[in-house]
Amino acid sequence: MTQRLPPQPGEWIDRSRTIEFVFEGKTYPAFVGDTVSSALWAMGERVLGRSFKYHRPRGILSHANQDVNVMLEDGTRTNLRGDVLPVEAGMVLKAVNRLGSVERDFYAVLDWLSPFLPVGFYYKTFHRPKALFPFWEGVIRRMAGLGALSPHAPRSETTKRHAYCDVLVVGAGPAGLSAALTASQGGARVILVDENPRIGGTLSYDHGGEKHALDTLRALQARIANEANIRVCVNTTALGYYADHLVPLACPNGLEKVRASKVIIASGAFEQPAVFRNNDLPGVMLGSAAQRLIHRYAVKPCERAVVLAGHDLARRVTLDLIAAGVEIAAYVELRETADCRWAEQRGIPVYRGYCVYEAYGKKSVEGVEVCLWDGQGRADVTRKHRIACDGVVMSVGWAPAAALLYQSGCQMRFDETRQQFLPARLAEGIYAAGRVNGNFGLEAALADGERAARNALGLAIGSDRVDDAGYSHPWPIIDHPRGKNFIDFDEDLQLEDFANAIQESFDNIELLKRFTTVGMGPSQGKHSNMNAIRVLSRIRNQPIAEVGTTTSRPFFHPVPLGLLAGRSFDPERLTPLHAWHLAHEATWVSLGGWQRPAFYGSDRASAIVDEVMAVRTAAGLIDLSTLGKFEIRGPQAGLFLERFYTGHYQNQAIGSTRYAMLLDETGVMVDDGIVARLAEDFYYVTASTSNAAAVYREMTRCQQIWGLDATIINLTGSYGALNLAGPLAPQILAALLSKHRLERLNGAEQLEIAGVVCRLLHVRFVSEIAYEIHAPARAMLALWEAIHSEGAPHGLKPFGIEAQRVLRLEMGHFIIGHDTDGLTHPFEVGLDWALAHDKPDYLGYRSLRILKRKPLKKRLVGFTLTQPPDVLPDECCLVLRDGAIVGRVTSIAHSPTLNRTIGLAYVAAEDAVPGATFVIRHQHGMDILATVVPRPFVGEAR
Amino acid sequence: MPLNLLKFALSKRHPEPPFFRQPDYLNPSYEVVIIGGGGHGLATAYYLAKDHGITNVAVLERGYLGGGNTGRNTTIIRSNYLTPEGVAFYDAGVKLWENLSQELDLNLFYSTRGHFTLAHTESAMRTMRWRAEINKKMGVESEVVGPETVKAAIPQIDLSCGGRAPILGALYHKPGSIARHDAVAWGYGRAANRMGVHIFQSTEVTGLEIRQGRIHGVHTRRGMIRTSKVLSAVAGFTPRITQMAGFRTPIVVHPLQACVTEPLKPWLNTIVVSGSLHVYVSQSSRGELVMGASLDPYEVHSTRSTFDFVEGLASHILDLFPFLAGIKVVRQWAGMADMTPDFAPIMGLTPVKGLYLDAGWGTWGFKATPIAGKTMAATIANDKPHALIHAFRLERFRDFELTGEKGAAAVGH
Ligand SMILES: Cc1cc2nc3c(=O)[nH]c(=O)nc-3n(C[C@H](O)[C@H](O)[C@H](O)COP(=O)(O)OP(=O)(O)OC[C@H]3O[C@@H](n4cnc5c(N)ncnc54)[C@H](O)[C@@H]3O)c2cc1C
Repeated sequence: MTQRLPPQPGEWIDRSRTIEFVFEGKTYPAFVGDTVSSALWAMGERVLGRSFKYHRPRGILSHANQDVNVMLEDGTRTNLRGDVLPVEAGMVLKAVNRLGSVERDFYAVLDWLSPFLPVGFYYKTFHRPKALFPFWEGVIRRMAGLGALSPHAPRSETTKRHAYCDVLVVGAGPAGLSAALTASQGGARVILVDENPRIGGTLSYDHGGEKHALDTLRALQARIANEANIRVCVNTTALGYYADHLVPLACPNGLEKVRASKVIIASGAFEQPAVFRNNDLPGVMLGSAAQRLIHRYAVKPCERAVVLAGHDLARRVTLDLIAAGVEIAAYVELRETADCRWAEQRGIPVYRGYCVYEAYGKKSVEGVEVCLWDGQGRADVTRKHRIACDGVVMSVGWAPAAALLYQSGCQMRFDETRQQFLPARLAEGIYAAGRVNGNFGLEAALADGERAARNALGLAIGSDRVDDAGYSHPWPIIDHPRGKNFIDFDEDLQLEDFANAIQESFDNIELLKRFTTVGMGPSQGKHSNMNAIRVLSRIRNQPIAEVGTTTSRPFFHPVPLGLLAGRSFDPERLTPLHAWHLAHEATWVSLGGWQRPAFYGSDRASAIVDEVMAVRTAAGLIDLSTLGKFEIRGPQAGLFLERFYTGHYQNQAIGSTRYAMLLDETGVMVDDGIVARLAEDFYYVTASTSNAAAVYREMTRCQQIWGLDATIINLTGSYGALNLAGPLAPQILAALLSKHRLERLNGAEQLEIAGVVCRLLHVRFVSEIAYEIHAPARAMLALWEAIHSEGAPHGLKPFGIEAQRVLRLEMGHFIIGHDTDGLTHPFEVGLDWALAHDKPDYLGYRSLRILKRKPLKKRLVGFTLTQPPDVLPDECCLVLRDGAIVGRVTSIAHSPTLNRTIGLAYVAAEDAVPGATFVIRHQHGMDILATVVPRPFVGEAR
Repeated sequence: MPLNLLKFALSKRHPEPPFFRQPDYLNPSYEVVIIGGGGHGLATAYYLAKDHGITNVAVLERGYLGGGNTGRNTTIIRSNYLTPEGVAFYDAGVKLWENLSQELDLNLFYSTRGHFTLAHTESAMRTMRWRAEINKKMGVESEVVGPETVKAAIPQIDLSCGGRAPILGALYHKPGSIARHDAVAWGYGRAANRMGVHIFQSTEVTGLEIRQGRIHGVHTRRGMIRTSKVLSAVAGFTPRITQMAGFRTPIVVHPLQACVTEPLKPWLNTIVVSGSLHVYVSQSSRGELVMGASLDPYEVHSTRSTFDFVEGLASHILDLFPFLAGIKVVRQWAGMADMTPDFAPIMGLTPVKGLYLDAGWGTWGFKATPIAGKTMAATIANDKPHALIHAFRLERFRDFELTGEKGAAAVGH
């Protein structure tokens, strides 16, 4: 049996294209443009999903992206919402979170057990006996959760864009359309967004049985299409409001981050359900859902409807139902005083001052019981009327879709007459229009949109609200001794759950939310928060304005991680010599974002030994282009460095190098490098690879504060560097020098090597004889190749990071960050000599003076293992003294040069003397004896 | 089905009494006043009553119970810290957690999942080794494991991280757990209240009454209370209280953000943290993925969310678990983290006599809720710092005796 109506004017389906899809193992037809829910409903299906907790059958509630009880999965994707998922040909779908099928869900026994499982039951049980909790937790975890994940789902790679506009209009209903038009005509560039596939908002479904709304929509559509200044984004959700008018949009194929000068929020209102027993039975739906089904999808919501009315807009819903051929079994008007003559004139049985006491039916609604009530929740059950029907259409109230307003810092007030939260004080540059602003009628909404846009453009300070009427019943909630009158459909929360939670002292809105979980489900309280607030207000006898709302947090609708992530962006940096290393079979390691050769070839152990021995016996060449490189120029460049680093630089001879140590304000070592003075007011400074960015940041920060006459130029990327080390280095270099004589090469200078203008620094980090050569990045390859071909016949080898670590260890040098940690100060590593004591001030100096007076607890020493075990202790193994932790090993390696195990470790200060022994706790648990030896280790061999 | 569920179905009225009854008025004086109705304040009240018999106590909360960082945190509980003092303290905490549901007779969903800190770089591996060695020495279960162990525990993980940051190994900490944060506050609040502690919500402390370096009372929005002992346990609000008290701490407040997805059927049974990718994730018993990242890099006293946080987080989560691309984030939020320079808390006495401080809990204080309560209660009762918190005293900053939990995190290579 199909409930598809004849073509409806303005419908969203394309009748020329019929497609098929599978739901729960059965094949269904659909039109292109259908949602899964509309297509199933058209085919007479009523049970589209199961509820989260009690596994009750559920159907269409809002058909507006809130029907989270109709969640589907297709084997790859999960938690897809049936009410917004467009049908595609060949889709194979099933409902999430059920055992068996949606029709026969074995978990439905939970519905019978529900009296055992009241609100918060899980806090009261399962923890005794303790040993059983893991079992119960397993059960709970399996029962909870909605969709099951597919580990094979692909990572999407959607795009991200930034956009700017004068006016962003959120919501393309009458207010939004009118606001966009007004703004555009006022000369503004406008972006207009709507989550629906088409613009129009209520105009596309709330017709009231007439043509007027559709005619208005068509006229507006035509005008919008003519405005070159308006960019319309449909299928697009404004995810939230972030500081400074940032509104990210979830578009069909990517993310667009909009910064708007002005934001007009015309996001409408969410229709709210009435709360009565079995209000969740499939067939019970919101008026707007019924209207959407009719006008957008040409689906008859039911054959025979009971309309539950709480305000005057219910009339329009009823007229739409009648126009669609639905028989109105009863018009149940909650308000005793409402004027229902229009209905009576049409022969509709009117029950004025009545409520729906309960709905009944097995898997979908088969009828309702209505009775008189007091307007306050209590029904007069002495005279109940049973009315058969296959649909209950609730039209009782609204809650503003004010999430973005709240997030923008708008203060809301509760308007008792309209029974709605309304903006009281808007944040700067934010405007509200339409239903979210309390204007429901078409004319009022259009006028409000225009007013908001004029205000935004500064054209007028228009008067505020235009609509007087309110459209929300103050208490659409009906008690029932047997419950199952749901407030929150996501979380299966019934009226009594709230009373119980409040009785248990969760009696303010935030605690109530957290205890009951109201509004914490995927629809984020869109249909439940307002009624929860009403219940709390009633029980606590507190005005709604005082009860307040919970904090509104992004997102407006849940948003896929893939969309938020976009294309992954993890830039990797390559040195100017990358291609050369590649051609010479480098094995790579990623360090501080750079790709660097760890060693050359593929056999790690032998490569390291070969590379180390080349440096010790002939020469080695390493790419150091990743170092931080800075020029400090100006009359006060030396002074700047003296304040920045611990040493003296103003009296440094031109053409010399000095060690540079950077501390933080607590005296902790942050970085070290070399300062070379190249001219009177020109210094060249290096920093370690991993700290290059941080050192530069700190330099510029200090320069901001000190305001010295010095300029800092960051050459880290534009310059490359290499190190030529080993006994044959001078000879190799000499062969490449055109003008210079070698003896003079001791400090730092600018000279020409192999035709390239370079800066040459003498740095004894890996070897007694070593030259760091810095040159513009584009010249590096030529330089490197010249040195390499000159040296190779003499035994020169390129070496990588791993050999470098061994070489510097043999030289006894520590590496900051490797042999130090976030608390190490210079005294602990024996760097007292690098600290000036006669400067007025430098970074960390004050702390150093205090630290100097304190006895040292531990010191960094060189050590050797007399009887190394088969497996060497790992770096970071502990150093123990009388069983207590005193320090740790920071570096350890087998030295090919010395053929023994050497390392650096922190030991108790009293043990920091050559010859002393200490205990290392090996990672395998045994204790190993080590002996303190003087550094450098290679010096010791000489 | 456990038998005690029967009572719900069999009794006519909801059989549960209130968790806490709020008296209508403040007493003019209390023996101890606790500022802050988060987990720490409530736990301290509980242990004051239980361990020390001090029940003439008022807990003052400006908002609602647990509404500060307690109710915003991602509930990772572990003790695999870096300093011996830290490890000893947090380990004593874990021991309290293990029986807390039973002690408070409230199911806190304390769920031991195991905790993997992934290492993507050699230097991260070294830090893991360091932590593991300290932990083992202190008797805490931690070990460095290889990628294959990670894969065995989390078969869905992409060990190559999309080729961007291959996982080299991890620090595995078996006792790593999660719990239901709100319930912790409620459980302590209920138990303290039953022993006679007064709990006042919507009662902000606006000033301290200090004379001659000694506390004499607190001013609140609902009037003044006389007392000679005050605990400040206000996390992100600490600078405001210390300003009232007239002394300074090195605490700076940075936002810390988190987010949560729609519920999924269980698939992730461990807690996964990646320092290099700046993300961590666990799956709650409701099925949501609870995710967080590193601290916002600037000082702001606000709980506003930012979009770039969730963009960055999403990207890195997908590096680990690419198949989550279609899974939706429902909401994001932020808390105000009270950060100290050494990533260890500040606990104990202050320059003002009778004023005690429990602060500097930054991004890590939820796990300390029970042990902080226990040690602060002892400290207040005896007016002498509990032995376990000696390393966390305020003067350590003056004395350059930091408790370097940052040592593990500060220096990256
Ligand atoms: C996003 C996020 C994730 C986190 N994840 C973890 C984690 O995984 N593991 C972990 O161990 N820790 C985590 N933390 C840290 C942890 O949440 C906190 O350290 C801990 O909860 C602090 O508890 P508390 O009771 O001290 O503070 P809070 O819970 O913040 O309580 C302080 C209370 O004091 C109240 N208050 C403030 N000023 C006043 C006043 N003047 N008068 C009265 N009352 C006042 C506040 O309203 C607040 O309720 C996280 C924190 C955040 C923000």
